[in-house]
Amino acid sequence: MRSNESKSILFSGVGGQGTLRASDILCMVMMEAGYDVKKSEVHGMAQRGGCVTSHVRYGKKVYSPLAAAGSIDTLVSFEKMEALRYLKLLNEKASIILNTEEIYPPSVNLGIAAYPADVVEFLKNHYPKVIALNAAEIAMKAGNIKAANVVLLGALSNMMDVEKSIWESVIKKSFPQKLIKLNLEAFQMGIAA
Amino acid sequence: MKKELLSGNEAIARGLYEAGVRFASAYPGTPSTEILENYARYDQVYAEWAPNEKVAVEVAIGAALGGIRAVAVMKHVGVNVAADPVFTVSYTGIEGALVIITADDPSMHSSQNEQDNRNYAKFAKIPMLEPADPQEAKEYIKLAFELSEKFDTPVFLRSTTRVSHSKSVVSLDEPLLPADKPSLATNAEKYVMVPINARTRRVEVEKRQQILKEFVETFPENKMELNSTEVGIITAGMPYNYAKDVFPDYSYLKLGMVYPLPERMIREFASKVKKIYVVEELDPYLEEQIKAMGIEVTGKDIFPYTNEFDPGIIQKAILSDLQGIESPYKAPLAVRPPNLCPGCPHRSLFYALKKSKAYVHGDIGCYTLSYLKPLEGLHSCICMGASIGMAHGMSKALGETGKGKVVGVIGDSTFLHSGITPLLNMAYNQSDALIIILDNSTTAMTGMQEHPGTGYTLMGKEAKKVNLKSLVSALGIENIRIIDPNDLTATREAIKAELASDGPSVIIAERPCVLFKRSHLKPESPVKVDSEKCEGCKSCLDLNCPPISWKEGVTKKGSKRKGIAVIDETLCNGCGLCVQVCKFKAIS
Repeated sequence: MRSNESKSILFSGVGGQGTLRASDILCMVMMEAGYDVKKSEVHGMAQRGGCVTSHVRYGKKVYSPLAAAGSIDTLVSFEKMEALRYLKLLNEKASIILNTEEIYPPSVNLGIAAYPADVVEFLKNHYPKVIALNAAEIAMKAGNIKAANVVLLGALSNMMDVEKSIWESVIKKSFPQKLIKLNLEAFQMGIAA
Repeated sequence: MKKELLSGNEAIARGLYEAGVRFASAYPGTPSTEILENYARYDQVYAEWAPNEKVAVEVAIGAALGGIRAVAVMKHVGVNVAADPVFTVSYTGIEGALVIITADDPSMHSSQNEQDNRNYAKFAKIPMLEPADPQEAKEYIKLAFELSEKFDTPVFLRSTTRVSHSKSVVSLDEPLLPADKPSLATNAEKYVMVPINARTRRVEVEKRQQILKEFVETFPENKMELNSTEVGIITAGMPYNYAKDVFPDYSYLKLGMVYPLPERMIREFASKVKKIYVVEELDPYLEEQIKAMGIEVTGKDIFPYTNEFDPGIIQKAILSDLQGIESPYKAPLAVRPPNLCPGCPHRSLFYALKKSKAYVHGDIGCYTLSYLKPLEGLHSCICMGASIGMAHGMSKALGETGKGKVVGVIGDSTFLHSGITPLLNMAYNQSDALIIILDNSTTAMTGMQEHPGTGYTLMGKEAKKVNLKSLVSALGIENIRIIDPNDLTATREAIKAELASDGPSVIIAERPCVLFKRSHLKPESPVKVDSEKCEGCKSCLDLNCPPISWKEGVTKKGSKRKGIAVIDETLCNGCGLCVQVCKFKAIS
C-alpha cells in the first residue's frame, strides 16, 4: 500500500450522539489490526447541538488526518439529513451507513426550514451501497438508546476486513464494566441489521 | 515500546511528563484546554489554572527563575493577554527552563479570530518549534526544554487545532526524573528590567539570535527529503502531512523550528529543485522570509490566506486544471448551529434582556450563542473581558441618549479572567451601564474547568472561593442584585430597575450550568403541552429551546390556531421557563 492508498471513513452526526466515541473505537480497532491510523475531529462548539464530524484514515502509512474532498470511501452518518451535508467529501463509489433517526435543527423546529424528504432514496440513487437502519430503535431494544453508536459500528464492521474478535475486545476496553454486555449486544444487533 | 492512540494535546501532556516537567500553569481555551487537564493526571506533577494567560506566564516565569522547568499553556489569543511579560522575559532569559505553548485555531473552529502566532516568535525574538502530529508534539516538548536550558531563552511550541485535536499512534517512553535545580540565587542585573539593564540584555538577545541562527542549520528536526528534482515544497507543521498525502513524490524541506529559519539549508534545498512551493496556512510567514533571502518561491499567489488547509486544497492549488468536486445534493440544507442546552440558565436571562430593548455587549462564553435568532440577546463580542469596558464606553459617550439602554454581560470565569479591571474603571469613572455577571459556577464553554470562583483547583483540591458580591462591592459598585435567572419575572424586574437606576449597576445571575456534574442538579420531570389549551401563538418558540418544536395542521374548532407547540420529552430537562412564557397556561 502506498501512502496515498490509505482508506478514509467519515463519521457525521449531531453533538451528543456518541459520534466521536465511535470513531475512537474504530481507530483502536484498526491500530490493533496493525494499521497506521489517524483521526481528526473538531471539539468545542459542536458539543452544543451543532454538527459533529470525525475523519478516520488508515493504511500502511497515513500522513493527513483529514481526507480531501472526493476521497471518503465510507460514510457513517448518525443522523439522516447530516449525511447530505458531506457528500462533497465522498468518492463516487463510497459506501454509506445511514442511521435513519431524525434530529431536527432549530430552523426546522421553528417551521422556517423543511427537513429533507426521501434522503434514503436519494442516496441509493447516487451511491452503490447504502445501508439504512434505525440505530436508535435497535439500541433501545438492546437496552439503551445511547448504544446507537455501537449499533452503527456493528454495521460498519461488516464492511471492514478485520476480525470481529478485535472489535469485541476493543469495545470491552472502551466502556465501564456495567455497560459492556449492553454494548456487545448492540454491536451484534448492528452486524445483523 | 508501548504505543497508544493519543490526541496532540494528550501527547503534549505526555511529553511534559516524560521530559520531567513538574510545574505547569494555564487558562483553558480551545484548542489547548486538554493539555493541562491530561497533564494534571500524572503522578507527582503540579498544575494550576491561572485566572488568565498573563498570570499563567508570570507564574511560570517565577518558577523558572527558581531553577524549575516550567510551562505555560494557552490558546492563540491567550498570547495577546500574556504578551507583556512574554516580550520582556525574552530579554532576561531564565534560570530553569520556560516553554510557552500556543494552540492556534486556523478556520476559527472555536475562536474569535485566526491570528498566526508564528509572528509572535519573530516579534519577541523567541525560538518556536512546530510539530506536525501528536508523536512530534510529544518529542518537540522535550526538545523545547533542552533549547530553553541550552540558550537561556523562553521557547514557544506552536500547535494548531488539527495537531491538538487529531489522534494518531504515539510511542511512549519512560519519564525522565525532573531535572529541576531549585535555587534562590539572585542576579538583579539580569532580571531587573530597568532601562540600564534592559539595554544590556537587549544586546544579549541579538547575540542569542546569532547563535540560534547557526544552531538551526544543523537542528535535526529541520529535515530535507530529496525526491523529485522538479518540484520542492517548503512547509512546517500539519500542512506537511496534507502535502505529503497528495504529492508523495515531491521533495520536501520540513521545518521543525519555524523561528529562526535555517537560511543556508533553505538555499541548499532551493539549489536542488527547479520549482518551490511554500505551503503554509494563514500568513505568508515563511514565504516572506524566504523571499527576503532572494529565493524565488510560489506561495500565497495560489494558496489561500484564510482557513486551515486539507490535502484537497493543496492539490487543487498546485494542479490548477484539476476539476472541482461537487456534491450531488443541490438543494439548500437547514443549518445546524450550536445552541444553548435545554435548561441552560442563559436562555431565560437573554430572553428577558431582549425584551428590555437594550444594546447588549457580550463576552466570550456559551452565552455568545444567544446572539442567534430568535433570542438575539447580544449585539457585540470582541474578546475576553471586553463587554464591561465597551458598555461603559458606550454609556459614557452617549450620555442621556444611552441612559437605561446599555448592558454588558459576562460569565463568571471570564469576569475573573479580565473583567475586574474594567469594572473597577466603571466604578471609578461612573457610567450608567448595567453589567450582568452570568455566574454558572464553572468555565462551561471549554468543558467545565475550575476557576477562582468555583471553590476547587485543577488538581481537585478544595480552595478559597471568591465572593463575587463582595468583590464587586469592593471595586466601588453600590447597586448590586443577586437573582436566579430561571425566575423570569424577578429577572425582568431586576433588569428594568437597574437599567433605570443612576450610576453603574451589577446583577449577578446565579444558577449552575446544567451540564455541571458537581452541582448535582437533577433534571425536573419534563413538561408537556396540553393540545387543548395551546392556541398556537408560538411564544414558546422564541426561547429557541431544543425540545420545543412546531407541529403544523393541528387545528381546533372555534380557534384561529394553525398548529401547536410540541415538547420532546427525551430532551426536556424541566427547567420550567416555557411554562412561565406561555400565556395560555398550556404547558405544565
